[in-house]
Amino acid sequence: MPWDRNQMAERAAQELEDGMYVNLGIGIPTLVANYVGDKDITLQSENGMLGMGPFPYEGEEDPDLINAGKQTITELNRTAYFDSATSFGMIRGGKIAAAILGAMEVAENGDLANWMIPGKLVKGMGGAMDLVAGVGRVIVVMDHTNKHGDSKLLKECTLPLTGKGVVDRIITNLGVLDVVEGGLKIVETAEGVTEEELRTATQATIV
Amino acid sequence: MQKIYPNAAEALDGLLFDGMFIAAGGFGLCGIPELLLDAIKDAGTKDLTFASNNAGVDDFGIGILLQTRQVKKMISSYVGENAEFMRQYLSGELELEFNPQGTLAERMRAGGCGIPGFYTKTGVGTVIADGKEHKDFNGETYILEEGIFADLAIVKAWKADETGNLIFRKTARNFNPPAAMCGKTCVVEVEEIVAKGELDPDHIHLPGIYVHRIIQGAHEKRIEQRTTRKREDA
Repeated sequence: MPWDRNQMAERAAQELEDGMYVNLGIGIPTLVANYVGDKDITLQSENGMLGMGPFPYEGEEDPDLINAGKQTITELNRTAYFDSATSFGMIRGGKIAAAILGAMEVAENGDLANWMIPGKLVKGMGGAMDLVAGVGRVIVVMDHTNKHGDSKLLKECTLPLTGKGVVDRIITNLGVLDVVEGGLKIVETAEGVTEEELRTATQATIV
Repeated sequence: MQKIYPNAAEALDGLLFDGMFIAAGGFGLCGIPELLLDAIKDAGTKDLTFASNNAGVDDFGIGILLQTRQVKKMISSYVGENAEFMRQYLSGELELEFNPQGTLAERMRAGGCGIPGFYTKTGVGTVIADGKEHKDFNGETYILEEGIFADLAIVKAWKADETGNLIFRKTARNFNPPAAMCGKTCVVEVEEIVAKGELDPDHIHLPGIYVHRIIQGAHEKRIEQRTTRKREDA
């Protein structure tokens, strides 16, 4: 059985080590926070916060306290606030150990596309280009194929790039792959998924 | 020097002109200078270029100036929440320059610090790098981005003292300090103006040297995405 969203998030949480400062993207990456367990992880929200807490209880929402997805959130006893230039200074400066992000396409050389589809409504890249260029490690969490069944792990991205050669590891519903010299390397497969099934679902070169 | 003005209209008096370039603070609807935006709408100033991370929603934030067709160009990182924005953009009525969020923040900060350009890795190998100078440092490629020098900065803070020293609140700080820094003139709206000496000098987020005019007023502070958890989840 391929992993479901929560199992992918749980697997991605294993990438995080005690003491890390981490930025989580929108969607499945947000769920990773549910699986960090006892590890001491500090979440960054790029609109200007380290130490992001859970959603507030009803009636306790604060319009001055939101995450990068513009959702109301809470602070923790470790929280620090700062301005946007400082926030991206720590991102660009390589102080954030890892970013876990969703993607539309990843290429075998680590190219990432997740911000625009030509001909469709373009909303903007937000902080994604800064994150993938700056953080220590970029981990993509996404479905292995799109809704037509086509591989999202490609020899070359077809969509406009968010970053060139930036992805380190890809966690899909079928397994885990690393970007290495010459292509992608299978790290593990989801329980019940064979290496053959993963290869068949992948357009990118597997080395 | 008297920095305190009675209201937004008077604080903007003499500063607005058609075709001007305005840097605005705020992220989404959080920490936006809502009173000053209302006053710019009332003033009817046209052909504005805004450097602002977002463009508000249809009826709040910069969105209200889109409805009145006062905006010529936006420099933003994300504009997804505004239908009127998209309509004007797709019909060619509105120019849009996408900047990566950190590049936009740093362009403002740099402009305010007298730095006309800086090199960044962000956007290398993407459409953002098209036409920009590339330069290698220590074996890595960077692109040249330019500092922003705005005619006017409009900013929202939590508290100001009479001299313009500012304190922001939580994530409402966001783009406000860099926006304030890059304006030739900076007008700030706050929830409370306090007397000199009432703010701890060690806790000032932005020194008053960047602030020229201040107003105090009631803020709507609209929430864009109200998300909560249930008590029993605790």
